[in-house]
Amino acid sequence: MSETKNETTTRTGVRQIEFVKGLESGASGGPIEQRWDTHRFQMKLVNPANRRRYSVIVVGSGLAGGAAAATLGEQGYNVKCFCYQDSPRRAHSIAAQGGINAAKNYRNDGDSIYRLFYDTVKGGDFRARESNVYRLAQVSVNIIDQCVAQGVPFAREYGGYLDNRSFGGAQVSRTFYARGQTGQQLLLGAYQALERQIAAGAVKMFPRNEMLDVVVIDGYARGIITRDMVTGKIERHVADAVVLATGGYGNVFYLSTNAKGCNTTAIWRAHRRGAFFGNPCFTQIHPTCIPVTGDHQSKLTLMSESLRNDGRIWVPKKVGETRDPRQIPENERYYYLEERYPSFGNLVPRDVASRNAKQVCDEGRGVGPGGLGVYLDFSDSIKRLGKAKIVERYGNLFDMYAQITGENPYETPMRIYPAIHYTMGGLWVDYNLMSTIPGLFVAGEANFSDHGANRLGASALMQGLADGYFVLPYTIANFLAGIKPGGVDTNHAAFVEAEAEVNGRVKKFLSINGKRTVDDFHRELGKMMWDECGMARNEAGLKKALQRIPEIREEFWQNVRVPGESNDLNQELEKAGRVADFLELGELMCIDALQRSESCGGHFREESQTADGEALRDDENFSYVSAWEYTGTLSKPELHKEPLAFEYVKPSQRSYK
Amino acid sequence: MKVTLKVWRQKNAKTPGEFKTYPANHVSPDMSFLEMLDVVNQELILKGEEPIAFDHDCREGICGMCSLMINGIAHGKKAVTTCQLHMRSFNDGDTITIEPWRAKPFPILKDLVVDRTSFDRIIQAGGFISASTGSAPDGNSIPVAKPDADKAMDAAACIGCAACVAACPNGSAMLFTAAKVTHLGFLPQGQTERHQRAVNMIAVHDAEGFGNCTNIGECSAVCPKEISLDTISRLNRDIVVAALKGIEPNVETAAAKAS
Amino acid sequence: MTGVLTLYRTSVGKKVIMALTGFILVGFVVFHMYGNTKMYQGPEAFNAYAVGLRELGYPVFGYEHLLWVARLVLIGAVILHIWSATALTMQSHKSTGANAVSGTRRYGEQKRQTSYAAYTMRFGGIVLLLFIVYHILHLTFGMVGYGPNEFQHPNYLGGHPEYFVYNNVVVGFQKPLISGFYMLAMVFLGMHLYHGVWSMFQTLGLNSVKYTGVLRGLAILVAAAVVIGNLSFPIAVMAGIVGPAV
Repeated sequence: MSETKNETTTRTGVRQIEFVKGLESGASGGPIEQRWDTHRFQMKLVNPANRRRYSVIVVGSGLAGGAAAATLGEQGYNVKCFCYQDSPRRAHSIAAQGGINAAKNYRNDGDSIYRLFYDTVKGGDFRARESNVYRLAQVSVNIIDQCVAQGVPFAREYGGYLDNRSFGGAQVSRTFYARGQTGQQLLLGAYQALERQIAAGAVKMFPRNEMLDVVVIDGYARGIITRDMVTGKIERHVADAVVLATGGYGNVFYLSTNAKGCNTTAIWRAHRRGAFFGNPCFTQIHPTCIPVTGDHQSKLTLMSESLRNDGRIWVPKKVGETRDPRQIPENERYYYLEERYPSFGNLVPRDVASRNAKQVCDEGRGVGPGGLGVYLDFSDSIKRLGKAKIVERYGNLFDMYAQITGENPYETPMRIYPAIHYTMGGLWVDYNLMSTIPGLFVAGEANFSDHGANRLGASALMQGLADGYFVLPYTIANFLAGIKPGGVDTNHAAFVEAEAEVNGRVKKFLSINGKRTVDDFHRELGKMMWDECGMARNEAGLKKALQRIPEIREEFWQNVRVPGESNDLNQELEKAGRVADFLELGELMCIDALQRSESCGGHFREESQTADGEALRDDENFSYVSAWEYTGTLSKPELHKEPLAFEYVKPSQRSYK
Repeated sequence: MKVTLKVWRQKNAKTPGEFKTYPANHVSPDMSFLEMLDVVNQELILKGEEPIAFDHDCREGICGMCSLMINGIAHGKKAVTTCQLHMRSFNDGDTITIEPWRAKPFPILKDLVVDRTSFDRIIQAGGFISASTGSAPDGNSIPVAKPDADKAMDAAACIGCAACVAACPNGSAMLFTAAKVTHLGFLPQGQTERHQRAVNMIAVHDAEGFGNCTNIGECSAVCPKEISLDTISRLNRDIVVAALKGIEPNVETAAAKAS
Repeated sequence: MTGVLTLYRTSVGKKVIMALTGFILVGFVVFHMYGNTKMYQGPEAFNAYAVGLRELGYPVFGYEHLLWVARLVLIGAVILHIWSATALTMQSHKSTGANAVSGTRRYGEQKRQTSYAAYTMRFGGIVLLLFIVYHILHLTFGMVGYGPNEFQHPNYLGGHPEYFVYNNVVVGFQKPLISGFYMLAMVFLGMHLYHGVWSMFQTLGLNSVKYTGVLRGLAILVAAAVVIGNLSFPIAVMAGIVGPAV
């Protein structure tokens, strides 16, 4: 099905805009190498002298939001930027460790924009848009230049030039890094650029402010409703365009590598206001996280994937083994990745490694508390390379592991288990990163993004910064050039109504005074999602979840206890709003996972696998982006399909045997 | 294990606070310190009391949001953040005193939550390289000697948690300021604005009400990222050179803006 | 005002003043200690040293002129040292005075993570100031610490100045209480120097990871030399090694 809707609404009486609803990306045709250039030339511009008359709201201050806010400020727009943390420097982009890809080919090892494009489309298991991915690969080189100029202390070689490494199984060295803190350094670069604009008065920053709704007037996103998390004041903010760069929704699983505050509220509220949600079930699991120790566990900690280069993964052959791992003889150990995937061994892609770990644990071979863990053993490498070499390569990771678990990984094998790490799904956007609500742009992990069904390592940072520095500044200008600035203020009925709704919700939370805490509900939802919509999904499980989630949601609204007051710093109230939205999103994820009965990338449907247990795509029936429209009934969203065409990279089956 | 908590409770910046005692009876040595507080909070909520407000976010030692003075030590232990501190560092039956960061430029918002926006204002004064998007030359056209890049990275590792201020008997934010000055000062890209940056950042540092450095070194001792005291020496050098060059601050401080 | 003269406005600038004046004062205490070792050469050498100080630069400069220049520089250094210390202390107290709201002390259990000496700068500085005042009233003016006629004032009876510092030191240090006080003050001076000398390099931006060990070593050396030298004088007197002039 394909539909094109010409909006007749006029925005502040200026001109009519033809708005292609939902299903076409809007990228230019022609040779893929020229599409972005052609599009850039075709887009309209805003005269520098007029820019200050246009206001833009940016929600989120991570790589995408921070970079966008800073750049729009530099260009002269009137920017307001919001974040829930106490400073824009704390956005969760900061936690990315590994690096950022760029097609610089500084190593002279055969990399190119085309190869990065090719690897990303293939890595995404052919569920991403070719045009978008090509643009991403193109601007990747500008990102590195920009970050170097800002003073990001990338690793250097002795000659003073930028160092690169190969990451996540890539066959070329295209990953730029700053120790194990690349995300932190890139974010601080964007943060500093943002602070410079704040000092210049171009950007007004609102830290400790949480966006609770989007205001849509005459079909256009015209502002947001926020809650000042210190005073509890609900406020209205008007603008000519709104950017959501609020990150992923991995915390729907309760336990994930996301920060505790990461949430879906901004994009979920926008979804309820009319923005389509793209591929909600596409989530990424990271195989090397530190396992759960008990019910108190509040989050999971990721360790760099590079550990798999020298560590061997195994479980005891005997179900219910209780011996110390060092006492288990070699012939009673099951090196399942090495046995099942002789050519890639322990270096199979993230999703394959994760699924296999789940499988052996489901068989009862898991180790550690709760049987949810597998060994990652360095004893062979220590024997082969010497302890000094291992210290040099992984010292900081080993220290971190020892600190968290209290075990010495040089002596006893590490225990690892997969954890939710990234969400490829998000709000549907066109080639201009605009959602189905005109004037509402979505960037970074919050959009359904360029990663298809699976994201490659070191590509998240690349996408966030590409959106923020090099895509949005053009496409927002194009949008703004087509409208007249201002025209409505915060007294508009839509603002009044949205604020009243937000206030009503806050009051409702505080008045329920039930018997269960917000965390208790969140944990229950998370467990359900992890079990039924996690690493492997099947029809029966998803149907079970679809029955149970609305029940949990109903109980939540009857029986949750949110203490304290609304006009105060109230962390339970903040959590309640977020969990309420997760309870709605979780259902949509399961609906999407159930509808997509093929396996692709991070989405593994047990019904769709090859004879030897690999993910089996169904290109004939599922070569599209699922864009879900909120219909007013949570359990009955409407599916729109954006067909995916592969003109350059021909779909093929992945194999790691 | 069981521990007793003595926690600073304060409704908001204007209301006086006090220490209150809470038992934590269900503590596992594997819990992080914040998870222990989570458990205590869950019990408080079910008992109908207000949970203890504390800042936290990434819980993996990088965002810099968590901020507790535990038994008189910022983050409770050398070279970690509170979220990386585990209950196995304590003994069964311990009494643990928990306070917010205390310094005039960090007003208490509630309980253990303080306002650290003064740090952002120090960065606004010059903690950046003015390189607008699009103006950059090719990354490799600016070679940086590896030792310099490494030293810049050592300083850039600062997470802005403000433990340095909390630990400092002078309430000084010199280590935070110096870390940024050092990070940018070691890079060729940062040279153009180097001395102006240092005098501007110090002007705002002082105007925000932070104390001065007496080279005691508590800051560096508690810094989760082990930023060296040497960075402060570099900051001082930049200030002295700036003075010799006759560079004066050209930044408007918040206080000046307000008046 | 421009340039260097604006330094005093910032906290770092005040510290630079602290460091530069500290440098002068360190130079003084080292020289002072060295000069006093002349007492081991007997009354004549020591008394001649006292006269020699006054004749510095003579006859190009007038009698005591250079000494007065030195005294003025020292007095200026002491005043600036104290002024910057006071200003900086007040700034710090403002920052740490967050107890305005809570009413409690800042940290119930502040745990020290670094050297003790660093904490004694303010208190120790006050002790040293009081000591210096006493020291001048004692050995320079003979106004305190002596019985009647024990202190011998300088005279010009022979047409040239005559000093009796040897006698005054020996008589002065023969009193255990006074010697004890001097020795206690030297402990404070030692800590002040140990932290101050290293701190001086740090403040002037001359410290770095590479040299911090060397500079700490230098600080220990200076502090030890001054303290050991100065402690030796009262001990020598009380032990009878340096006895009354015969």
